[in-house]
Amino acid sequence: MTTRTPRRVRRGNVIGSAGLYAATAVAALLFLVPFYLIVRNALSTDAEITGEEWRFFPTDVQWGNVTEPFDDPTVDFARSLWNSAVVGVAHTVGTLLVCSLAGYGLARIPYRHADKVFYAVLVTLMVPTAVTFVPSFVLVSSLGWVDSYRGLIIPGLFSGFTCFLFRQYFLGFPKELEEAARVDGLGHWGAYWRVVVPNSLNFFAAIATITFISGWNSFLWPLVIGQDPSAWTVQVALSSYMTNQTVNFHLIFMATAISILPLVCVFLFLQRWLVQGIAQTGIKG
Amino acid sequence: MSTTTTREVTGPTPARPRRSLRAHSTLAFWLFTGPFLIGLLIFVYVPILWSAWLSFFEARFTVTPSEFVGFENYRTMLTDDEFMGSLVTFTVFAVIIVPTTWALSLALALAVNRLRFMRAFFRSVFFLPTAVSYVAASLIWKMSIFNGVRFGLANTVLGWFGADDTAWLASPDPPWYWLVIVTVRLWLQAGFYMILFLAALQNIPPELYEAAAIDGAKPGWQTFRHITLPQLRATSTAVVLLLLVAAYQAFDEFFNLLSKTTWGRPPLVELYYKALGDNQDYGAGSAGALILTLLICLVTLLQGRIMGFGRSEGAK
Repeated sequence: MTTRTPRRVRRGNVIGSAGLYAATAVAALLFLVPFYLIVRNALSTDAEITGEEWRFFPTDVQWGNVTEPFDDPTVDFARSLWNSAVVGVAHTVGTLLVCSLAGYGLARIPYRHADKVFYAVLVTLMVPTAVTFVPSFVLVSSLGWVDSYRGLIIPGLFSGFTCFLFRQYFLGFPKELEEAARVDGLGHWGAYWRVVVPNSLNFFAAIATITFISGWNSFLWPLVIGQDPSAWTVQVALSSYMTNQTVNFHLIFMATAISILPLVCVFLFLQRWLVQGIAQTGIKG
Repeated sequence: MSTTTTREVTGPTPARPRRSLRAHSTLAFWLFTGPFLIGLLIFVYVPILWSAWLSFFEARFTVTPSEFVGFENYRTMLTDDEFMGSLVTFTVFAVIIVPTTWALSLALALAVNRLRFMRAFFRSVFFLPTAVSYVAASLIWKMSIFNGVRFGLANTVLGWFGADDTAWLASPDPPWYWLVIVTVRLWLQAGFYMILFLAALQNIPPELYEAAAIDGAKPGWQTFRHITLPQLRATSTAVVLLLLVAAYQAFDEFFNLLSKTTWGRPPLVELYYKALGDNQDYGAGSAGALILTLLICLVTLLQGRIMGFGRSEGAK
């Protein structure tokens, strides 16, 4: 009796865990299908993609497809990639700078009305920015910022939620470190840059990764602002492929692959911070 | 990092501060928060207030209003079949997407959490779609998986079983387009919420399971039902509310998958065509934006009620 029970349990465990692995593997395969399709279509000829028989892999891998989106006269793909890179980097750097300073001020600098200021920030959390895109467009267009980097970048920098996250983080930052800095004669500003920021790089990296991904992938605001094709980001360019008169399957899938590649790299290298950041904060920009 | 630490922001300083010191720290406060607050004022508060003002005026093709019309724009929007229809579309969408994403992400988290080896690999696979944009995913879904012609993946696979081609996105009846819309979002979101569930699962003290085993609870459904689920309640609530708010803002996949259709428009897509489409009716568009803002405020207030103020507590 005493020996039989564990054995039965163990055998159940083996079957159970084989089943678990099988089910997880099937789910994983399904999750990878879209990636497979991008690669397959990007490296095939249109004749093969639209052919009678389904081909799992191109018979002749078309490496020449890589340059095709850049030679397409209808959409300036290179320009849109560049725009996305500029917007993505500026959005990330700007958001981090502005929101972290404010978060630190709210968390650590004594001021009589700090709580009232904090409430003014909290109130904005109730309204997701996407919902107010019409009002924002009205404002930005009257500033004359349509079709410009300013219009694409600046309105998105002031995220109440990111500020909130930084404040929460700084509330938990060990006070002793700052006090040591103050003893050494540093003011708030010096303590912040020389002590607080260097000791918070993990948190900054997590927020930066999330912010960059959401900036690169955002669509509604760039669509509204980018009225002229020269101001399109890569997402708007991809979207335009879907409504074009002529469809070059290999070209648009190559363009999609190129647009995803930087993020997959960011993702694979920074996954640790990303997972950590999401688990801590529960956000995806 | 502990987001729950509640140290007072404005605690009294131990020694009575000299006046100059206090002025110094007030200056520092505004120096740190000033840039952000000015931006918040200009780009968040001003647009909403301006819109509120604009919504009482006739304003077509211009953002400088011409004629005061009172609540006319609101009446137009609230009796507009398309605008009200978009709220119905959102409701249908939320009813489908919220439970399915919740269930799938929880199932993935439970599975990954039980794996002994290759855990990091599977976690990465499920998480990877988070890096892909809604536009790119819509493109894959529309052009390749659910392409209505023969060479679309779904039609190819169904064809192996002798089924005819289905035009997935061409018509609202039968509403196959929901299958496309829901699967694309499931694929993009599930891994993200899986991470939240995984973090929560790892926070459940193992002693609880040991105690349950001693009390004779069978591993599997019983422990899941009586230990795991109750322990995940805070995260579950947070996930449901995050999903709901995200569904409310759905734009990208509807806009791209159903481009130029008059059906299957959620609120933001409807608003986009109303305010920025051929009419450029900023008055009615502003009224619509404010109606949507008020509705989402109700949801977030409810959320605050359920979870206590501040999101991090539940989502931790």
